[in-house]
Amino acid sequence: MRPPCDPSKFVAETVRSVPPSGIRRFFDLVSGLEDIISLGVGEPDFITPWHIREMCIHSLEKGQTSYTSNYGLPELRDELTRTYYRRYGLDYDPASEILVTTGVSEALDIAVRAVVNPGDEVIVVQPAYVAYVPAVVLAGGKPVIVSTHRDDEFSLTAEALKPAITSKTKAIILNFPNNPTGAIMGQEGLEDIADLVVENDLFVISDEVYECLTYEGTHVPFSSLEGMKERTVMLNGFSKAYAMTGLRLGFAMGAPEIIRSMMMIHQYSMLCAPITAQVGAIEALRNGKEEMERMVREYDRRRNFVVRGFNRIGLDCCNPKGAFYAFPYIGDTGLSSSEFAERLLNDKKVVTIPGDVFGEAGEGFLRCAYAASMDDLKKAIDRMGDFVDGLKR
Amino acid sequence: MDDKIRHILEILENDARASPEEIATLTGMSPQEVTQTISKLEETGVIRHYKTIVDWDLVGENYVYAVIELKVTLERNQGYQAIAERIYKFPEVRSVRLLSGDYDISLTVRGKSMKDVAFFVAEKIATLDQVQSTSTHFVLKTYKEDGVILHEPEAIKRLPVSF
Repeated sequence: MRPPCDPSKFVAETVRSVPPSGIRRFFDLVSGLEDIISLGVGEPDFITPWHIREMCIHSLEKGQTSYTSNYGLPELRDELTRTYYRRYGLDYDPASEILVTTGVSEALDIAVRAVVNPGDEVIVVQPAYVAYVPAVVLAGGKPVIVSTHRDDEFSLTAEALKPAITSKTKAIILNFPNNPTGAIMGQEGLEDIADLVVENDLFVISDEVYECLTYEGTHVPFSSLEGMKERTVMLNGFSKAYAMTGLRLGFAMGAPEIIRSMMMIHQYSMLCAPITAQVGAIEALRNGKEEMERMVREYDRRRNFVVRGFNRIGLDCCNPKGAFYAFPYIGDTGLSSSEFAERLLNDKKVVTIPGDVFGEAGEGFLRCAYAASMDDLKKAIDRMGDFVDGLKR
Repeated sequence: MDDKIRHILEILENDARASPEEIATLTGMSPQEVTQTISKLEETGVIRHYKTIVDWDLVGENYVYAVIELKVTLERNQGYQAIAERIYKFPEVRSVRLLSGDYDISLTVRGKSMKDVAFFVAEKIATLDQVQSTSTHFVLKTYKEDGVILHEPEAIKRLPVSF
């Protein structure tokens, strides 16, 4: 008889070294409950606009089900070039400076892998989307955390960034508009960061997937700053702006050398992004502006509603100028983020995400997605008000 | 158009009962500012009317609707306006539109029965001097009215937690 085997020994050390996600346990807690109101989602509550879905259906009817170029459909890359030229005067060559990916998630993974050598340090600005640290760890790099703070409206300052930079620092991952804080950064603040980037010869991975969801001021792509185009890969996608999360479509724009390197990984691991989603993306860029702006205006109204609501019930909430998250402070209640979120879920059936899931700097906060119907948002704020009142007694 | 005005109009187009306080919360304006802006929009005729979409079937009032296409001849010194005015004064007539193409005017008529509607068209509309011909199409089912889908299938569920 052959001896029994414990398969866990086959798991690679790099995978083991990825810290467990705090969200997993929370997900299990939610799954048994009925009648919950969820502010815990990271996706729009809108369905993909019909004209986009209709185009996807039409392409399937025609039999458009083949592979595409590794870089993505040429028409899509042409549209991306036109779109970014029109929006910001950015000039990306569709043949060599754009790669279409399976969501921004894939773009992030291959961007990090394309530039990080084992031992390289990569700066992650927290509170941050949960994938950045694991992406760096899986690529053999060392994540170095820089925190943003409520006093700065969660924007990154040069003072905070500077001490984290060492001779081993290779790159920095930026995400504005930010998940989970909703913070944005204007030209001025970004210029300070750009100065440090040049001074220390760094590369920038800029996740701008919430670009179109900017409610106050205008979005500034990091690559639009003087001298930054060659040093930046912009990661972006269709999930948030066009409510296409499940279609999984993203893209990266950067210098030909970087895009080619990312494509090297992409061609062997993904081959190409799904063609149906690419067809939908072309339609989104060509004819989706009006629907997208309608959704953005709707988010804007909900944003005003929840920010006022949280402040009214005694949870201090600064004004998130982008994305679709409010990030109220719950530290005054004496509970930790996870205690608050867990008790709120059990007592009032409202799902929120504890801020510490997004890094230590998120402790004391709660991520509340307002990509939910007005009815649900009203109920959620009322229930959270009752919960906070109950804590005071 | 002013961004705030667009917000107010979109909110009211979707829910005419939204109160000035609610609209203020959604737009970041003060309730007074909202009230004033709405009054101005009403005075200038931007906001025409507030109404409710009713599903009469559910209370057993089985109205019959028909779309009537009219060909008309215009008389001297009388444009389409005059014939439209003659027609829209009948309460049975729910909408009147001037069209391009094969027909000139399209009406929506509501009655208590098919006979009711047919008689109305035969007696009141077809007999008008300017009306050359009528063509009546009874409505069998309404799927969407004024931007509102009447019987929407159940929404797709999202995961309650995601990043």
